[in-house]
Amino acid sequence: MSVGTSLPHDSAALHVTGRARYVDDLPVPADTLHLAFGISTIAHGEITSMDLSAVRAAPGVVAVLTAEDLPFANDVSPSAHDEPMLSTGTVHFVGQPIFLVVAESHLQARKAARLGQISYKERPALLTVDQALAANSRFEDGPVIWSKGDAAAAIAKAPRVIEGTFDMGGQEHFYLEGQIALSVPNEGGVTVHCSSQHPTEIQHKVAEAIGTHMNAVRVEMRRMGGGFGGKESQGNALACSTAIVARMTGRAAKMRYDRDDDMVITGKRHDFRIHYRAGVTDEGRILGIEFLQLARCGWSMDLSLPVADRAMLHSDNAYNLENIRIESHRLKTNTQSATAYRGFGGPQGMIGIERAMDHIAHVLGRDPVAVRKANYYNDMGDGSQTTPYHMPVEDFILGALTERLEASADYQARKKAVADWNAKNDVLKKGIALTPVKFGISFTLTHYNQAGALVHVYQDGSIHLNHGGTEMGQGLNRKVAQVVAAGFGVDPGAVQITATDTGKVPNTSATAASSGADLNGMAAKAATDTIRERMAEFLAREHQAEPAAVRFEGGRVKIGGEDMAFEEAAKRCYQGRVSLSSTGFYATPKITWDRKAGRGRPFYYFAYGASVTEVVVDTLTGENRILRTDILHDAGNSLNPALDIGQVEGAYVQGAGWLTTEELVWDDKGRLKTHAPSTYKIPACSDRPRIFNVALWDGPNREETIYRSKAVGEPPFMHGISAFSALADACAACGPHWPDLQAPATAEAVLAAVKRARGTV
Amino acid sequence: MKKVHVTTNVNGDQVEFLADPRETLLDCLRNHLDLTGTKEGCGTGDCGACSVTLDGTLVCSCLVLGVEAEGKKIETIEGMASDGELHPLQRKFIEHAALQCGFCTPGILVAAKSLLDTNPDPSESEIRFWLAGNLCRCTGYDKIVRAVQDAAAEMRGAA
Ligand code: FES
Ligand code: FES
Repeated sequence: MSVGTSLPHDSAALHVTGRARYVDDLPVPADTLHLAFGISTIAHGEITSMDLSAVRAAPGVVAVLTAEDLPFANDVSPSAHDEPMLSTGTVHFVGQPIFLVVAESHLQARKAARLGQISYKERPALLTVDQALAANSRFEDGPVIWSKGDAAAAIAKAPRVIEGTFDMGGQEHFYLEGQIALSVPNEGGVTVHCSSQHPTEIQHKVAEAIGTHMNAVRVEMRRMGGGFGGKESQGNALACSTAIVARMTGRAAKMRYDRDDDMVITGKRHDFRIHYRAGVTDEGRILGIEFLQLARCGWSMDLSLPVADRAMLHSDNAYNLENIRIESHRLKTNTQSATAYRGFGGPQGMIGIERAMDHIAHVLGRDPVAVRKANYYNDMGDGSQTTPYHMPVEDFILGALTERLEASADYQARKKAVADWNAKNDVLKKGIALTPVKFGISFTLTHYNQAGALVHVYQDGSIHLNHGGTEMGQGLNRKVAQVVAAGFGVDPGAVQITATDTGKVPNTSATAASSGADLNGMAAKAATDTIRERMAEFLAREHQAEPAAVRFEGGRVKIGGEDMAFEEAAKRCYQGRVSLSSTGFYATPKITWDRKAGRGRPFYYFAYGASVTEVVVDTLTGENRILRTDILHDAGNSLNPALDIGQVEGAYVQGAGWLTTEELVWDDKGRLKTHAPSTYKIPACSDRPRIFNVALWDGPNREETIYRSKAVGEPPFMHGISAFSALADACAACGPHWPDLQAPATAEAVLAAVKRARGTV
Repeated sequence: MKKVHVTTNVNGDQVEFLADPRETLLDCLRNHLDLTGTKEGCGTGDCGACSVTLDGTLVCSCLVLGVEAEGKKIETIEGMASDGELHPLQRKFIEHAALQCGFCTPGILVAAKSLLDTNPDPSESEIRFWLAGNLCRCTGYDKIVRAVQDAAAEMRGAA
């Protein structure tokens, strides 16, 4: 059976030979035009004059467009129609596109884009959450507040109250392939090739931008060089620009941000400040807790509301909190519009409670793992335990999972060895931490939880598969092909996967929220089942047998005494005039969600996992290393263990990067100073943990997902929290005080925490 | 600016192209020779996606001018498999699932091959630090290091 086996990525052979084509590798017509944006150099103000004569006169420039020149919609927002593609007179952040250069070459367009002479009337810029809060600059009228029980009363009665504030930075996606789109005009409209997680939205926005219906726009997306959420809405501007130019000129148009533009223009992970106040017992059991979450959303709404919602939805993480109040502020600032990033606010919400756990354990002088376990939900609860948003937690497994990880990682013995080391060493201090993950699976925007697929069986028995998901490296196409191959009982090699194409499968959702395989796998299975049932019915009739007696396995079709190759069966069905093509559709069951009230079942199920990280810190310089990482992660009945383990490893390193080396710095003028890999440090090969043990939990999903697997894209990102907790633990070993480590834990932040622990600040 | 005629050797073939003297080798490979396996990740020498070898030395082709290739020997990812036979590194990258989006893969393979060409038995740390200039945002590097170790072992005949 092809499901559950570790087959390589469907494009692996193309990747290793350099033959895998990304958008920038596609052959283009010789007269293709190249585009670049001229961008704002101030964070907030009105444009008082714009002299673009030097831009127009620059070599190779064919045209320069401003907002007035746009023929139809000037909007690239995925939500609130508040994001003009080109500024309409006000600029809201350093990097906002103001004009569009159309030139004969990429370099000519980029060079000319720097020549605009723009004067502004500057206005005060809101850059920080404090400034935004003071100015009441926000999305929605006021904060969103959800609660369960009575947190204030429970805290008032608690023997101990522990309180703190935690700042965490944002994160640049740093997909290796930058944003790119190519539009080619055709008779009725335009074909767009782009690097996007959301082809349907590209189609929708392009149709608005060129004044057509969606049926005049076809979006093709074969593969991305990484996405991580950064290609959910951030590619709209490039797709719309190229489509507009293609329609205006009748020539193909291509736009690619170079790395600096990409980092300056596009949104990133939301940075957050979280204030927590917990009332606890002397054992560390939380009686009541309050969270205040401040999210810096940037200048436009983009996806900030559901991101901030998801942060609230993960403020319990693995813990049964009877009395809780969460207050969330979505603050509007003069910075890039923060956007989707792997975890979609979940990591920010989750680290709030994990941080509180560490703080509680520190104050009480107890083992942080014991404190965590004292607060866990019960394994496989009966439904009486509920989340802060009143959803029953029925599939909890972290009790057993944590126990197994503690044993396999030898946590207790190593915890003691770390303490022994720290007692003997003054300069190099070690730290160790175990943190759990419980992550909700489903889009919180309920109508996104649907998918379509299209399957054809040709008369020679070969199979063509198309579905609405997009391939960004996660191996989605391979997994869905495995599902289809399993349905027909054939080798996955018989299934040809083709580019995501809005002309084949319409109205798709973004490949996001880890939902790719769950949704598209089910839709492809539905299509496969339909065709197989038709085939079985026809062949059964021929053999005067029951359709249920027809078996598809090992590349053969068996019925009564006869046993034929799948190819033969396909040929017979074709000759018998059986339709061998079908669409498939899936909508996630059981979910209901009232986001205003903060009540319901936003998630179909939860994915779980836990990790142990050990680190060493140089207390003289703040430098640090990850020595060993052990992860046990729940992917249900994994569709493809090799791909899933790859997701877990990559997510952990990315999560640890977010909380350690990846620091975004804006100056007091709102200019992003870390706009290239020379200054923004994602983990390199040399940063990888010295020992890295990753295993998958072996239980099935209790819900009826595709072959009882679980989604795996985002949940393991939050294992990175154990790296941060371990660093905090190492800092705490330097002195009696709470080190109050802030994220990202750069060498500088670690040094400050060491000093706080020693009481020398 | 006047274009310059460049004659060079790429993956064993003699090739010629006309280059603007300001064009990078990366752009020349991609735009004039249609060798799009070499990728641009940053354009500033920080990510390694554009790695090729120039007379046997590993370079970031985004930091080399196309005209500097005159009379030199260049090797790119397209030349790594010979006669349809994958190089052991390529095979091991597939076997170990050492790639996800694949965008960094050509550069990493070229860099890894250049390591093994000079050091057939690198230690784990040597691999790790040799590849530190090749960023990968997807994999977390573990499978990459293992694949390189395994390929090295096979090439030494120890596998
Ligand atoms: S593109 Fe040359 S090093 Fe990044
Ligand atoms: S596989 Fe995506 S960057 Fe390495």
